[in-house]
Amino acid sequence: MSSIDYNEKIPNNVNLAEDRGLRRALEHWQPNYLGWWSEMGPEGSRDFDVYLRTAISVDPKGWAQFDYVRMPDYRWGIFLNPGQEDRRIHFGDHKGEPAWQEVPGEYRANLRRIIVTQGDTEPASVEQQRHLGLTCPSLYDLRNLFQVNVEEGRHLWAMVYLLHKYFGRDGREEGEALLERRSGEEDNPRILQAFNERTPDWLAFFMFTYFTDRDGKFQLCALAESAFDPLARTTRFMLTEEAHHMFVGESGVSRVIQRTCQVMRELGTDDPERVRSAGAIDLPTIQRYINFHFSVTIDLFGADESSNAATFYSTGLKGRFGEGKRNDDHVLKDDSYRVLVERDGNLSEKEVPMLNALNEVLRDDFIADSVGGVNRWNKVIEKAGFDYRLIVPHKAFNRKIGSLAGARVSPDGHVISGDEWDRRMAGWLPSPGDREFVASLMGRVVAPGKFAGWIAPPAMGVNRLPVDFEYVRFN
Amino acid sequence: MPAAALTVAARNPPDTVMEHPETILNQHVIDPEICIRCNTCEDTCPVGAVTHDDNNYVVDPEKCNFCMDCLGPCPTGSIDNWRQVPRDRPYTVEDQFGWEELPGELPDIGQAESGGGTAPGSPVAGAGVAGAALAGVAGAEDFRPSHFNSRIPPWSSAHAYTNLYGPGCERAYLTAKVTGNARVTEVGREYDTHHIVLDFGSEPFPVLEGQSIGILPPGEDSLGRPHHARQYSVASARNGERPGYNNLSLTIKRVLEDHDGNPVRGVGSNYMCDLEVGEEVRVVGPFGSTFLMPNHPRSGIVMICTGTGSAPMRAMTEWRRRLRKKGQFEGGRLMLFFGARTPEELPYFGPLQNLPGDFIDIHFAFSRVAGSPKRYVQDVMRERASDLVPLIRDPNNFFYVCGLRAMEEGVVLALEDIVEQSGDDWNTVGEDLCRQGRLHLETY
Repeated sequence: MSSIDYNEKIPNNVNLAEDRGLRRALEHWQPNYLGWWSEMGPEGSRDFDVYLRTAISVDPKGWAQFDYVRMPDYRWGIFLNPGQEDRRIHFGDHKGEPAWQEVPGEYRANLRRIIVTQGDTEPASVEQQRHLGLTCPSLYDLRNLFQVNVEEGRHLWAMVYLLHKYFGRDGREEGEALLERRSGEEDNPRILQAFNERTPDWLAFFMFTYFTDRDGKFQLCALAESAFDPLARTTRFMLTEEAHHMFVGESGVSRVIQRTCQVMRELGTDDPERVRSAGAIDLPTIQRYINFHFSVTIDLFGADESSNAATFYSTGLKGRFGEGKRNDDHVLKDDSYRVLVERDGNLSEKEVPMLNALNEVLRDDFIADSVGGVNRWNKVIEKAGFDYRLIVPHKAFNRKIGSLAGARVSPDGHVISGDEWDRRMAGWLPSPGDREFVASLMGRVVAPGKFAGWIAPPAMGVNRLPVDFEYVRFN
Repeated sequence: MPAAALTVAARNPPDTVMEHPETILNQHVIDPEICIRCNTCEDTCPVGAVTHDDNNYVVDPEKCNFCMDCLGPCPTGSIDNWRQVPRDRPYTVEDQFGWEELPGELPDIGQAESGGGTAPGSPVAGAGVAGAALAGVAGAEDFRPSHFNSRIPPWSSAHAYTNLYGPGCERAYLTAKVTGNARVTEVGREYDTHHIVLDFGSEPFPVLEGQSIGILPPGEDSLGRPHHARQYSVASARNGERPGYNNLSLTIKRVLEDHDGNPVRGVGSNYMCDLEVGEEVRVVGPFGSTFLMPNHPRSGIVMICTGTGSAPMRAMTEWRRRLRKKGQFEGGRLMLFFGARTPEELPYFGPLQNLPGDFIDIHFAFSRVAGSPKRYVQDVMRERASDLVPLIRDPNNFFYVCGLRAMEEGVVLALEDIVEQSGDDWNTVGEDLCRQGRLHLETY
């Protein structure tokens, strides 16, 4: 008999203690997971005591327990949002039928693929961010990075739970493979390209958590509508944590901008060179980072016309963002959607069957959501008295996936020649010089309450603690 | 001793705008400059009080029941903001949609309150704290008593079930039967307080001392919407108003005039006070998971309440009284500081004094007794500093404050003075009290 108290070690609401099959699978997987964490998790962080939030149950009081934790001892739990009795499928061909508690045989392969693709992004982002701790701008930010990392780890657990519980041997093998792929590794890369890019500096990290974790939010929201009830409930709970990641991004960029504006006021100029020599990140550089991260992220939604997307929807595997709040027939067979195409040097819209355009629908929802935060960043600039405005680039800009892939479109939405593209691209995307400059600012600041010179302190600390709280103890 | 011996007054819920003659609402608001519009609060809120438009996420002051469930999940801290507003003029949902930043605090609201502007008979006056408390605050602008409020229950508290019935739950409400409704103040007095017993039959509705429930009055408001829930603190112990029965008691004060003395019939309180035995009411909840009593041997409880805030104190005291009667539990020290305008305002004033002194140490503060100087709860607490210091130092003692918001400042400042004068550092002690789940403020 096992002497391990599973409910203590792995907080869960899936009755792990009684589920012997699942326990055996996880017991086998967990050491490999910890091995992966020590190899690919945050570098050199093993003995740090980090003031972290741990979920120990799904109710409002239990899911946010704050205390110092050593990250390898973090209690990665398995949580599903509470079930809803008699939940019915509310979209697609199975609309009105009871939600599935088991995987229907005919959808097994597709569901597994969806879960594996989602699951793969979680460890990938931990890998992408593993060196950032060495250049943190403050203890507060270091703690936020680690919080994001452990929660991405928990999201991996959540997906592995589904694989182990519902997909038998295949699922166990996929669970192992999730620990074997590596972000950016040529022979065995992560599945999605954005998760093979480097996250070389903290501005990139904030941009990543703002834009790319927001992609996660939209994917999770679409999966939270799924007819496969365990997937819907798992992802619903993950969304609560995802919100923190986007907060780290939105507030992080906002604080960078705030500091930049402060320096601009002190200098009485917006000249990028002078801002840079004063140790802050000039606004045009921030714009170029936005252009890059935004365009890479919207590629993640996939091709604008996709029969897979149609199949996933019609079979009930993946809904739309806010499916339950939309007023249509939730079957969409007779609807159409306008997608953007480039034809003869012009961008125009083309009407396609809605079902085939669902990737584009989700991408457009994402774009609308992204714009909100960028407008809030602009408020910071406006408040400081400057006219510069950041923008979200045109959705055809710098695309690599879908019918717009390779189109030469400027950030303001004009189709341009290949020559002009080559000439001007360096002004639109971060140049090696930009990256070098930003990297040059990345020093390590770890005195409580102190912040690097390129970023403003946050308005408030974590869990109502003061900003100068010792969020990480290095021992 | 009758079980209702400690019943003294209704605890007015924070959400009943119509119900309250008090002038101040501590309105729950969200900071639009910090909020990232992640929707977590809207998903979390058990009563659907959070909503949004393209611009902002906002809290509907008509619906928020102060359960605080949204605070923990908020990733930004923007959810934890409060503005004191005139109770009859809260910021509407539409006002809040238009915000680009939070409006400033209105510090003079509290001052106006203390300036004697309260109507006769209103609980603010009855609470007997407003003037002194706010005068004490004037020189300490940054002093935030809520900073010290524990957001976790005592370590030995029992598990509280919350939100078993209500919007988003399997059942939107539970029907309870009225099995008792007695007036507990003298007929002819201006205070008409009722002791009401609700029975749940065989339906589960587990509650603990310190929790509250919501009542759904029948009918609609002036805009044709169903009335929102009125929240009342449970005044009985966990094993029933009558031990072993699936019932609980509430003590409700009939509201007949607003803060200006104009006649107004409080929807919830008049509905409840007029109920006949045998009638049925719709109940939601329970609510609250931190304002809970300790249960370990030799744990002490210090209860500080005014006017309408005594219901949970009655519940806790009654549970300890029952344990003591069985002789199998070694209780700690119980102290009660109770502010009111006059002795007549306290129902069961006599029986309250008859509780044995070795069981509970009771201190009254009356603010309107002819020929006597005004005394507020914090005055009496300062007098008893020598009793309170060892209780504060010993982690087995827990502090509960319930009443109008105005008392919070005065009471916490008194605690601060008592600690500082004993040579300890209040910030350390206050943080410890907060972190250890030992200081609970429930004011409205």
